[in-house]
Amino acid sequence: MRRYSAFAIAREAFRQHKGWSEAWSSPEPRKQYDVVIVGAGGHGLATAYYLGKRFGITNVAVIEKGWLGGGNTGRNTTIIRSNYLQDPSAALYEKSRALFETLSQELNYNIMFSPRGVMMLAQTEHEKRGYLRTERANALQGVQTRFISPSEVRRLVPIINIHGPRYPVLGALWQERGGTARHDAVAWGFARACSAMGMHVIEQCAVTGVDSANGTVTAVNTTKGRIACAKLGIVVAGHSGALADMAGFRLPVESVALQALVSEPIKPCMDVVVMANTVHGYMSQSDKGEMVIGGGADQFNNYTQRGSWHHIEETVRALVETFPMISRLKMLRQWGGIVDMTGDRSPIISKTPLGNCFINCGWGTGGFKATPGSGWAMAELIARGEPGPLAEAFSMTRFREGRFIDESVAAGVAH
Amino acid sequence: MLLLTCPYCGVTAEETEFSAGGEAHLTRHGPGSSDHDYEAYMFNRKNPRGVHFERWRHAYGCGKWFLAARDTMTLEVLATYPAQTSEPPAEVIAKIKLKRPDWEGYP
Repeated sequence: MRRYSAFAIAREAFRQHKGWSEAWSSPEPRKQYDVVIVGAGGHGLATAYYLGKRFGITNVAVIEKGWLGGGNTGRNTTIIRSNYLQDPSAALYEKSRALFETLSQELNYNIMFSPRGVMMLAQTEHEKRGYLRTERANALQGVQTRFISPSEVRRLVPIINIHGPRYPVLGALWQERGGTARHDAVAWGFARACSAMGMHVIEQCAVTGVDSANGTVTAVNTTKGRIACAKLGIVVAGHSGALADMAGFRLPVESVALQALVSEPIKPCMDVVVMANTVHGYMSQSDKGEMVIGGGADQFNNYTQRGSWHHIEETVRALVETFPMISRLKMLRQWGGIVDMTGDRSPIISKTPLGNCFINCGWGTGGFKATPGSGWAMAELIARGEPGPLAEAFSMTRFREGRFIDESVAAGVAH
Repeated sequence: MLLLTCPYCGVTAEETEFSAGGEAHLTRHGPGSSDHDYEAYMFNRKNPRGVHFERWRHAYGCGKWFLAARDTMTLEVLATYPAQTSEPPAEVIAKIKLKRPDWEGYP
């Protein structure tokens, strides 16, 4: 792998940019690997990357039924934050946020991490009390957040309507080191680094079955043939239920569609991320100038990657109230992604009933921000066979044992 | 946007008139059941790609709970039927088989 640098750009400029090589190779699968990861989204690729980097395991294949990062990695609103209420979540998401800070340098790939600040508006007294509680919890967890006044909100976001009419802004939970990153670049950067370590990233290769012997995984059957593996990592977000079914167990997960939309590009008007959980909408401005808008999830099980009109209407209606100036904006694109929701709205990074088969799922509506941290914890689980400190609390047995990590109230639905 | 027909009042309406209630035909396990059964009842779901039996409530209509068979890959509502049953009635199964010949059947 040739390093990307200013000198490389200068060098290529003198030869019509003919010297660039593919960022990652597209090999045919071998018959056998030490570790097979199913799902080449951000989380799967990050898992492979940290398996190589932290544990020296490089005989790894990451297989993907579609194209790289074409699932939820390419369908989110790119928000990164770690202001969670519960200790296990704060630890995991803060680790992830911290990894994002230096990820561009580490991967030698510009993921455009922009710590522009994330603001969660308090628009009811109840929500304000909730965020004051989160602020105290974050202080104890070592996560830097601050509850700010309406006038500070106004200073940071001049386009906001502070005075209601329905939901006046009573303050906000402000995380200065939260922000956004380029979601595709995160997947591409990890894929390039994995490929450079000699791992195989295999696209257009769907898993059709999981083979096991004596309660331990032995191979996966794919559309490109049978691939034997000593260990298997399932990192397939919305389709986790189908993979679990092939591996012979059930998950406490249901798949629903979550949608987002972007407006036409406009001049810079908002340089932070604003989330309004009471009215169900969140918004940031991309580098291209588009307003990136996320909204609610469907209520029912769904595997179609599209949204529904009434959710767009609800989201946009709520945001127009909070940001009156966007009322004349045209919307450019709308899309949906299939998210896997658990009962307590916290993820699963866990051993499974099948030996040497590990699962990473249940990120629900907020997985992008966790990409490097999730890979870090999952790699440790696969390499050692036992969860490390970050993954410990996220075992799938927590539902049986009643040890929920309840973020459904703390984090709301919007991420 | 789904279109559902309430089997009680016969009204066909858009999904905004209804609220979804998750997987149908779950076997209830309460006090005295094993941890395994209770977990399965409370949390573990089929979450199939394809035909899904589920509960709906005609929230902004007659207010009653009913059941539906819906394809999660196409969002087609295959049938709706009253909730007073512990498994899908034969005519619903026949209806689904007609539209989805390769469906593996219930459960």
